Amino acid sequence: MARITMRQAISDALREEMHRDPDVFIMGEEIGVWGGTYAVTRGFYDEFGPERVRDTPISEMAIGGAAAGAAMAGLRPVAEFMTINFAFVAFDAIINHAAKVHYMFGGQMKCPVVFRAPGGGGRQLGATHSHTPDVIFAHFPGLKVVSPATPYDAKGLLKAAIRSDDPIMFIEHATLYQIRGEVPEGDYVVPIGVSDIKRTGSDVTIIAYAQGLQVALSAAEQLANEGIEAEVVDLRSLRPLDMGPALESFKKTFKAVVVEEGHRSYGIGSEVVARLQEEGFDYMDAPIKRVAQFEVPLPYSQQLEQSALINADRVIAAVKEIL
Amino acid sequence: MSNEMYLEWYRQLVMIRRFEQKSSEMYQLGKIGGFLHLYIGQEAIAVGSVAARQENDHVITAYRDHAHALVVGIEPKLIMAEMFGKVTGVSKGKGGSMHLADVNRRFWGGYAVVGGHLPLATGLALAEQYKHTDSATLCYFGDGSTNIGYFHESLNLAGTWQLPVLFICENNQYGMGTAVARASAVTAIVDKAKAYGLPASQVDGMNVMKVYEATQKALAAIRAGEGPQFLEMITYRFEGHSMGDPLRYRSSEEVEKWREDDPIGILERHLLSEKLADKATLEQIDKSVEQELEAAVKFAEESPLPSADDLFAHIYVEA
Ligand SMILES: Cc1ncc(C[n+]2csc(CCOP(=O)(O)OP(=O)(O)O)c2C)c(N)n1
Ligand SMILES: [Mg+2]
Repeated sequence: MARITMRQAISDALREEMHRDPDVFIMGEEIGVWGGTYAVTRGFYDEFGPERVRDTPISEMAIGGAAAGAAMAGLRPVAEFMTINFAFVAFDAIINHAAKVHYMFGGQMKCPVVFRAPGGGGRQLGATHSHTPDVIFAHFPGLKVVSPATPYDAKGLLKAAIRSDDPIMFIEHATLYQIRGEVPEGDYVVPIGVSDIKRTGSDVTIIAYAQGLQVALSAAEQLANEGIEAEVVDLRSLRPLDMGPALESFKKTFKAVVVEEGHRSYGIGSEVVARLQEEGFDYMDAPIKRVAQFEVPLPYSQQLEQSALINADRVIAAVKEIL
Repeated sequence: MSNEMYLEWYRQLVMIRRFEQKSSEMYQLGKIGGFLHLYIGQEAIAVGSVAARQENDHVITAYRDHAHALVVGIEPKLIMAEMFGKVTGVSKGKGGSMHLADVNRRFWGGYAVVGGHLPLATGLALAEQYKHTDSATLCYFGDGSTNIGYFHESLNLAGTWQLPVLFICENNQYGMGTAVARASAVTAIVDKAKAYGLPASQVDGMNVMKVYEATQKALAAIRAGEGPQFLEMITYRFEGHSMGDPLRYRSSEEVEKWREDDPIGILERHLLSEKLADKATLEQIDKSVEQELEAAVKFAEESPLPSADDLFAHIYVEA
């Protein structure tokens, strides 16, 4: 199997889907002639032409809404927000329209749109450009929210998203674009709404996703050197949220830490902890810990920014607190 | 113009008017909940413009949507049932007055966030351009909606990509209680459209014949490949913005003056003076509308409510 970057995996998924289905097209700012600000769609403009690779004006409200409208009329648009921070401008189009039309009109219409959005902190971009707002999008029934942690999952999940009849927010953590992983030749999908065990262990369960998953894995490796075996669960999809593997693991280890890059309050961790105690109360041996971003706007200065973000040391400390 | 067509327009105008009056009654009886926005005074716009569409053209509008739903051909009883919150309603009781749709008629519905459907319309048109069809999209919205970002982004995108969309602004002089001049730096709304390169003209929105003609011309231009078009229909809403509007922002003299241009009266006078119809024929139409509305209310009354299972249906296409 080839080891490719997450950027390449996402790019391959898009390209293969565009070859497979002529109704799939991409739109967004600087995705065409420029090649994508994160170079995910480099070469697409020459390969597919301006009809299917549509450079848009800087109009997030129109990108969100027009992609939804085109999906309602039967196409399979993949609309890119240059970063998820700018998707705030399109929030109404995503939440009030893409995510609601199927229900609100009694099932008459569907909206098979994919919104791709790179996000996350850690790149010294300051307070407005560093959000990890995944939980906000995951709050609303009607939208599905996916955020992969590995090249394999990224490719398979994006293909599943494009083929899905439901609207999907596909969140790519920008610091993961360079990571490499094994990706098989040929077509495959990773189902939306299915969690995955990324590392087995019996001492503690660490539940994470996206960049948090990579942090969790690196913490688990260091813990292993000290003889502590952590099981690491990758949520992969935030809505629908599959708690199965996390619960199974928790019933085995009796202890859990939830890791996410977003802020701690009202976060993904809050939801996961709530569900663990509701459904696994009898197995709880210790408080379930949350490792998340501190409650501050992210600053520019590198050290300061890093101090607010999650890292393996914080995960290790949380594990040791409850062991 | 055939006689038959004129009579059908007359029927639709009267149907909308009486449907709205009936809805208002039902609202006061507590049969209809939520917000209710009446279209009384603006009837000629929905009737004249939808009459000019061809079958594969899309229609999409805002929350003041009963008329559009009626003229695309949805049966009054299915709309009434929707407003009664019944499972037999067009949107299965999940949408209400502001969210009527019938996709089979290419009517994509009413939308309740001001301006939110303009990019959807732009997207519908994009899909048709992508598929190389001759379908156009008719997108309706109010004067107040031309002040929200959605309007500007959608017109700009449609202009840039030359999408087959007809933007129809129903300028009824007010957005809720705010007169156009109190909310828009440019009071001729056509000028906003021209700024994005869209051919735009003002139309007497009280005259169904003029609305029809202007819409036909605009749609022909779109199908001739001339890109998106814009019509500003000058009109007036005779009733409040929604039920319970205290109407503090306008004088009764102003309302009375506009009422002289009642769209039903204008067509009726034309039909009678040109001897295209006699009084008895029109009265016969009035009567049949009345009967249909009685039946619609009865249907809505007798229809079942959605079940507990319906609550969780249609959140996703794929579970
Ligand atoms: C984004 C947004 N802001 C405010 C409202 C509340 N609101 C509903 S209708 C309306 C007035 C809109 O006026 P106009 O576009 O002229 O349409 P009309 O009601 O006159 O048909 C307002 C402010 C809303 N629904 N959506
Ligand atoms: Mg208005």
